[in-house]
Parts: sequence; structure tokens; C-alpha cells
Amino acid sequence: MTTIAHLIKTFTLWEFVTAHWLTLKYFFKPKATINYPFEKNPLSPRFRGEHALRRYPNGEERCIACKLCEAVCPALAITIESEPRDDGSRRTTRYDIDMTKCIYCGFCQEACPVDAIVEGPNLEFATETREELLYDKAKLLDNGAKWERAIAANLAADAPYR
Amino acid sequence: MTSFFQTLGMSYEGAWFTATIAGILLIALPLMLAVALIIYAERKLWAAFALRRGPNVVGPFGVLQSFADGLKVFLQETIIPSASNRGLFLIAPIITFTVALMAWAVIPFADGVVLSNINVGLLYILAISSLGVYGVVIAGWASNSKYPFYSAMRAAAQMISYEVSIGFILICVVLWAGTFNVGGIVEGQRSHIFGFINAYAFNPLLFPIAVMFLISSMAETARAPFDLTEAESELVAGYQTEYSSMAFALFWLGEYANVLLMCALNVILFWGGYLPPVDWAPLYAVPGIIWFFVKILLMFFIFAWVKATVPRYRYDQLMRLGWKVFLPISLFWVFLVSGYLMFTGHFA
Amino acid sequence: MIQLVSFYIFATIVIASAAMVIFARNPVHSVLWLIVAFFNAAGLMVLIGAEFIAMLLVIVYVGAVAVLFLFVVMMLDIDFAELRAGFVKNVPLGLLLAVVLVAELVLGIGAYQAGAVKLGTAEAGGATISATVPNIEAIGALLYSKYVFLFETAGLILLVAMVGAIVLTHRRSHGTRGQNISSQVQRRPQDATRNVNQPVGQGIEL
Repeated sequence: MTTIAHLIKTFTLWEFVTAHWLTLKYFFKPKATINYPFEKNPLSPRFRGEHALRRYPNGEERCIACKLCEAVCPALAITIESEPRDDGSRRTTRYDIDMTKCIYCGFCQEACPVDAIVEGPNLEFATETREELLYDKAKLLDNGAKWERAIAANLAADAPYR
Repeated sequence: MTSFFQTLGMSYEGAWFTATIAGILLIALPLMLAVALIIYAERKLWAAFALRRGPNVVGPFGVLQSFADGLKVFLQETIIPSASNRGLFLIAPIITFTVALMAWAVIPFADGVVLSNINVGLLYILAISSLGVYGVVIAGWASNSKYPFYSAMRAAAQMISYEVSIGFILICVVLWAGTFNVGGIVEGQRSHIFGFINAYAFNPLLFPIAVMFLISSMAETARAPFDLTEAESELVAGYQTEYSSMAFALFWLGEYANVLLMCALNVILFWGGYLPPVDWAPLYAVPGIIWFFVKILLMFFIFAWVKATVPRYRYDQLMRLGWKVFLPISLFWVFLVSGYLMFTGHFA
Repeated sequence: MIQLVSFYIFATIVIASAAMVIFARNPVHSVLWLIVAFFNAAGLMVLIGAEFIAMLLVIVYVGAVAVLFLFVVMMLDIDFAELRAGFVKNVPLGLLLAVVLVAELVLGIGAYQAGAVKLGTAEAGGATISATVPNIEAIGALLYSKYVFLFETAGLILLVAMVGAIVLTHRRSHGTRGQNISSQVQRRPQDATRNVNQPVGQGIEL
């Protein structure tokens, strides 16, 4: 009996028919995806996107060239050179991140004692050439200036859990 | 059309030549446009089945996406592998593309609107579609690379296997219509069922082979679930692996022109071609070409639907289906249909 | 005019590609030239009004036989230098074959010009087939009436050849475990699993 039922099922392609009916029902369902470049999903305050070097509100660079981020970086993407300034404070003369090497692990911002290097919420920084992804200090500080408000808000939102 | 050019004062030869060239351009150029739009439509359909949105940025609703892709491909560099067989490597996509266009010569778009109304139209289509495998095989061999070569082997075996059962299926239809002429087969479907339905597919004896032909035509055009020739998990991109730029685009165009051809063939053989679905006078007010295109689009929807639903077959299962299932059944069906026609005195 | 031009185009390509089949150094190229020759021969068939034969030529020879040729030749690993080394040795044999062929051609054409052989005109009444009857109908009418036994014999010979090929190549392999698809598809969860209320500390019975 089951064999006959099975034969009928095989020759009427019954399982294909039910499968196609299922997909047809999905065809008329509302879309599950958002209209990406025009609509965006909310991001967590801990989202690790493009790097930025921050400044104090008075305009002074936060980075003190302790090189903890360079040391902790598992991808060896960060290169720092430093020398004392005229006023005796330690500051970087060079702060490069090779964004093609970076794995966005967030260790650099965890290691930073002064919240200078952070990974901001920006994720749309694709470039047309490879060279544009080799960030130098000017580019990182510029990012910091551009994203400071979002970064500060994210840090404040995450502060209670640290 | 020859007589039209003759009224313009040309000799018969000149008029014939001009009319043929004009007819070819009238079919080939809109076909190219249709292929571009059908690629867009297919991407939209798969997206809808997967609850995605699909291309929606270039042009209104993303309609111009295919043209943007074409422009991008056109501007790319043509890379010819140094170990490849240069001449054959470049000829292969041209063969695929040309062959995909050639078969359209005998397709009737409306009553009497056909480039070449030959007696052996269906055999011509079968012959041309059997040529299609050469583009793939030559591409695979000339690339001088392992995966394209595997793909060429698979394509050759697959297309030959399914052509056998397609041949028998066509014989069933030809027996019923009594002619190999494609237009004659469409006309044979006029008022076929209960005196008013214009389709062979609703004939209980022919419906099973209509389904088999649909499945075989998917295998013949190497589309999912039978796209073993370009199974990306096994063969990178199959025979297209080493191709870039315009050569790649020609494969792409040829493949979709073939898919459209198979949709058209399904419509012509089983769903009444350019005839309206039922034989009712007001429906004939709509031109036959509109009915034909609507039916082709519906058939294409089924192709995309299947591709979005069914996972890829394993190669031995593909061969088993072709040789151990479709071949015996279609052979038996030739026997059944011809026996029925003899018994009822169809040809008396 | 059109017919004449097409005839000379097709005929030239057939002869040229047939020559290329022999002269091509790469066997794959040879097969491809052979396909070109077949295809143009089909064009010649169309020109003399035998469209059915033309289509059969393309379907059977180009679509199936040549693909299988190509299949085999592509997978061969041929040392071309070694292949050409035997040329001088085989020249006499080749020349002999060529002479025999030419002699047969001359003989055949000479005999034909002396007066064509009348084949089977007694039953068919010697009537020529009207040009309006499609090829397929004309061939079918002849094949299934006058030549039906020869036709069936041809079918029988093909069947014997097929059976012979299967017998020669078929080997029953031992120790392989094939897939039984219908039993796989028919299998239901209850055939493979069983629910038990296992008491604690009793171990599992497998």
C-alpha cells in the first residue's frame, strides 16, 4: 500500500509540487531585507568600524605615543613613531594604520589608556585604490574630527558596562 | 517582406537579400534587448523568492542594471591565458552566441510571421540546439585548465543524454500534429481540447511529456537544478572560468538567449504558441505576438521559480534521470501516442 | 543566382575543411574541421532539396557522433612528434589507397555515364516524386512500404550491435554498494528511530 502511494507520489512529482507551492507563498511575502543604501539598520555602540584618532575638547591630541596599540595589534597593522615636543610632552610624529591588514578586533581601542584610538561607527569607507586604505595620522585625526560626536555618544552609552 | 522590397524597385535577388537581412536584424536586436531585460527580471524573481529586493538602484526599479553590468564588462580587459589555444578560445563564445540566435529563424511569432517557414523546422531547432554544446566544449578545451575541461566533459555528456529524450518527446508532438513545420504544430493546437482550448498540454496523453519536456529543456540549457557545468562549489565557474570581458558577456548573452528559446519552444509545442488560450473570438483581437510573449514570460517565470526552489542534482543522478527514467518513459510514450492515434484513426 | 553562389561557397568550404582535417597538426583541430565539413555538406543537401537528410546529417553526425569523437580525442595525450615520425614509412600505403579510390571514382562515373542502373522502378511504377511533397513524407512512404523489411533488418542489426557493446563492456563489480534511491526516499523517521522511556541506571540497549 505504502509502495503504491510512494509510486503515485514519485510519478506526480508530488514533493516538487509542494516545494514549489511553498516557495510561491514566500514569493508574495514582504521583503525581509532593508533597502540598504537608503535605509540602514541600527548599530550597537560597541560596533567596530573605521578607526579614528580623537582629540581633547581643547584641541590637544589624546594619543601619548605609549605604543600599547602597536604592541597588541595581532595583525601588525599599526606603526607608530614618536619624539618629545618642545613643551616636553610625548606625542606621535607618525601614526599609520594599514587598513588592508586590520582585522577589526578592537584590541587597539581596548589597550588605549586615553581613549585616543577608537573604532568608530563608520563602515562605508571602501576605496577605488589600495593606497587609499593605508591611513596616516592626518587621515585618522580627520576621521576623529568628523565622527567625534557619534564616537563620544557611543563611548558614553557603553561606559556603564566597562 | 521580399515582395515589399520588390515594390521599391529592386530585383528579386536584391529584394530577397535585403528582406532576409532585415528579418534577421528584426529578430536579433530585440532579442538582445529582451535578454538584457530577462536577466534583470530573473534577478528580481530570485530576490523575491529569497525575500530580498534585488537590483533597484540603476534606473527606475533597477531596470537598467543589465546595461550597467554590460558597460562594466565591456570596459574590462580581455585576458587570454598564455597556455590557451588562442584561436579556439576566442571562437568558442562566438559559437555559443551565434548558435543561440540561429534557432530563432524558424520560431513563428504570430500567424505567418516567421523568418524561414521550412518543412523541417522542428528538426532544424533540434540540429541547432545540438550545436550549442560545441561552444562549451571548445571553451573548456581551449582554456587549457582543469576545471573548464571537467565542465566541458560534463556539458557534452549532459546535453547528448537529454537530447535523446527530447527527440522522442518531439516525436510525440509531431505525431499528433502530423507535421515538422513549427507553424503547423501551433495551428494543430487550435481548438484541440473540448473544441475550444488551444493547447496540447491539456491533452491527458500529452501532459506528462509536456512536464518531461520542461524538465529536459532545463537540463538542455544547463540551468538549475541541472547546472552541473558551472557548479561553483566544484568547478569555480565551469567553462567560463578563464573568460573575461566581452567573451564572458557573449557566453552570458548566448546562455540566456538559449533559455528564452527553450521557453519559446515549450510554449510552441505544448501551450499553443501565438494562439490565445481559448478559442473565443474576442481574444483574437489581441495580436498573436502579445500572446506569444506573455506565454514565454510565464514559462520563464516557471524556469526562475524552479531555479529558486530546487537544489542542484548530483552528476550521477542527472545521468540516471536522463537515461534510466526519461529515455524509457519517452520511448514508451511514443509507442502509446502512436498506438492511440492509429487506434482512433487520427490519420485516416 | 543565389543558389549558384551558395553552392560554390558551401562546396569550397567542404573541400577546404576536408583538406584541413588531414593537414591540421592537432587532432582536436582535425575533428573541429570535420564538423565544419559536415555542416557545409548539410548546406549542400539543403540546396538539392533534401532538407530532411541535411537535418539528419547535422543532428546525428555533428550533434552526436562528432561530439563523441571530440570527447575521445580531447582526452588523448598524443605525442605529435612521434605521430608524424611514421609519415615516410606509411606514404606507399597511403598512395596505394588514394590510387584505388581514384580508380573507383573513375570507374563509377564512367559506368554512370554509360547509362544509369535502373533500381527498383518496377514496383514504384517509375513515377518521380512530386516536388511539393515534403521530403519526410516521401521517404517515409517508401521506407515503410517497399523497404519495410530492409528497414527492420537495419534496426535489428543496430540492436545486435548495441547488445554486443553492452556485453563486451559490462562488468559486474563485486563489493560495491550502490545507492537505492527509492528505499532512501521511502524511509520515514519511524523506520530509523524508536522512542523508549529509559529507566535510570540500567544502561542502554542498542
